[in-house]
Amino acid sequence: MSIDKQILHDFIKNEIEFVTTVPCKQLAGVIAELEASKDIFHIPSNKEDEGMGLCAGAYMGGKRSAIIMQNTAIGVTINTLVTLIQYYNIPLPMLISYRGEIGEPVACQVEMAVHTKALLDQLNIPTYHFHNRQDAEELDVILNHCFMAKKPVAILTDANFWQGA
Amino acid sequence: MIRSDVLKTLIPIISDQLVVANIGLPSQELHMLDDQPSNFYMLGTMGLASSIGLGLALAQKSKVIAIDGDGSVLTNFGTLPTIANNTANNFILLIIDNGSYGSTGDQPTYAGMKTSLAKVAEACGCDNVIECSAEDTAATVQAALDGDKMTIIVSKCESGNIKVPVIEMDAPVIRHRFMTEINRRNA
Repeated sequence: MSIDKQILHDFIKNEIEFVTTVPCKQLAGVIAELEASKDIFHIPSNKEDEGMGLCAGAYMGGKRSAIIMQNTAIGVTINTLVTLIQYYNIPLPMLISYRGEIGEPVACQVEMAVHTKALLDQLNIPTYHFHNRQDAEELDVILNHCFMAKKPVAILTDANFWQGA
Repeated sequence: MIRSDVLKTLIPIISDQLVVANIGLPSQELHMLDDQPSNFYMLGTMGLASSIGLGLALAQKSKVIAIDGDGSVLTNFGTLPTIANNTANNFILLIIDNGSYGSTGDQPTYAGMKTSLAKVAEACGCDNVIECSAEDTAATVQAALDGDKMTIIVSKCESGNIKVPVIEMDAPVIRHRFMTEINRRNA
């Protein structure tokens, strides 16, 4: 099974029915799988904080939701993560393209990469880093953990992970 | 009429509907006028009432009214194309447009100057966009509830605020009470 299909499989297994995305090159395959999926409603958003609002609404409407975005979005969404997702105890898996790590061709991406884990740590957001293909074997239990805990959870997926996938 | 006057006229119409209320005074005024389990009060996160409302409308069948403000829509303009392209016929976005940032001291917004939120919504592809006066807002919302079409209403009212207490209820309590009510309605 391709990594993109495996990610979708784990989303569906965890009853995620509503996913919003802001694209990244590394995430193109997952987004294409989402768009083709009959089990998940895919709603592209224009900005990640908007997407988190959509996810919060869908969750309250009874649909488990998730967001797929770049790590640059951590800079965009801190207020939303703190005052909406965390404050109201809303579970939100965040599948994040971890740009700016080894293998990154665009220097500017490194500028946000160096802050990514520190920001997530400061926000007390449980964070998992997928560096090798087999790291994704934990995705199923990470998603389960996220909905149990009713917290945002970050899954950082770097260039090495996607190249090895 | 100022926003709180408009809200007062809306209470008989929206009291039994799922309502997502914008941060600050709109939430506080609705809470003071007519606290209901069917109300979701935003205590933070300016700009996301329309996004939360759309997500909620897409996820379940009951009608949803998001009460937003002009300043909040200006800060989350990306919401309008998303609404336009993901039709939820159980969704009404009511933008109370008083041309000012009411909760922060009535600083003027661009919506009170040259920018028309109704025209922006139309340009974004929203199909049923109605601009109405403060006085006509209740009737316009009632008509939107009676129809089964996603509707954007821009209610033009005057700037100004009344004194209202802050909401003491904890955020997870607001969320849990709201979800319990949604479950009950959709059971």
